[in-house]
Amino acid sequence: MIFLNGIAVLLFYQLIGTVIVLFLDLKIPGPVLGMIFLFATLLLIRRIPESLSFTADHLLKHLSLLFVPAGVGVVTHLQRIGSEWFPIVTTLFVSTLVSMAVTAWVMQWMVRFMQKRVNHE
Amino acid sequence: MSETNLTQIWVYLSTSPLLGLTVTLIAYLVGSRLYQMSNGNPVVNPVAIAILLIIAYLFISATPFETYFEGAQFVHFLLGPATVAFAIPLYQQIAKLKAIWIPLLISVFIGVSVGALASVGISALLGASMETVLSLAPKSMTTPIAMGVSQQLGGLPSLTAVLVITTGIIGAVMGTRLFELMKIEDDSVKGIAMGLNAHGIGTARAFQVSSEMGAFSGLGMALMAFSGPILIPWLLSLFGLG
Repeated sequence: MIFLNGIAVLLFYQLIGTVIVLFLDLKIPGPVLGMIFLFATLLLIRRIPESLSFTADHLLKHLSLLFVPAGVGVVTHLQRIGSEWFPIVTTLFVSTLVSMAVTAWVMQWMVRFMQKRVNHE
Repeated sequence: MSETNLTQIWVYLSTSPLLGLTVTLIAYLVGSRLYQMSNGNPVVNPVAIAILLIIAYLFISATPFETYFEGAQFVHFLLGPATVAFAIPLYQQIAKLKAIWIPLLISVFIGVSVGALASVGISALLGASMETVLSLAPKSMTTPIAMGVSQQLGGLPSLTAVLVITTGIIGAVMGTRLFELMKIEDDSVKGIAMGLNAHGIGTARAFQVSSEMGAFSGLGMALMAFSGPILIPWLLSLFGLG
């Protein structure tokens, strides 16, 4: 029952998010709006119901499994990837590593900067 | 059992969702087991192994992707509720979130911009087609969100899904080594950079390094999911794209 309660809540928020996105013709995906609403709800009630933390834990523990079917979809794009493999592969490697390095460096620099400022005060 | 019977069973199974679903779960379990046997070597990525095994199975059995996906869609569908579920780890980190929200916000803005603009810039310079360029722009977001953004921009959502997953695997395999080379030791910083750039696949890897890195990677991924769909179409429109 506990898993059913949790999944029902998640699906309910996804449904609300999707309906609002369709209704107002918003630019963000329905599940993202659902996540924002659920986050706002948690801020209001100031605790996480047990059924919800149980379900979320189990769902997110196996998150990488959920990417497999979409990944297999590569077989439907073999022609495009075959003719454009060089820009695609280069972009994936270079932009992922550059962006990761820049984000880590900026974040580290700012955290240290703020700590120093706090220590001076 | 005669050969006709076997053929009949195969004909039945190859059109029912049961086979695609079972193959997906078994391939993933094989990938996870190999990953455990390698003592968590990031190169032995369970998602990559599962995808390669299933592709081999599709080729050998001459199964079209659409038939396979009729079964696999039940797994794929769970990406929606899983996205909603990110509200929970985000709420659990609320105290730390309040303490570092300024550096966090700036990092998210920079991470989203550098990632999307580098993808678009590099692929356009190297001569990729417009559809491919636009499909690459949301590649750092988690799959269901990236697919939605790709659709809006005029990319190919199913191509974006593949690019997102490859990005996640690259980040998960090379990220920890990159942070080592950069001499970054703070697990919260590493986690944010991992989650912002390599979404759920990177987060799965981060959880194996430490629970702090995992929680912050989940936070980075959730913040990307929040801000990417708003920031990326706007950034591209500045350059007359999308």
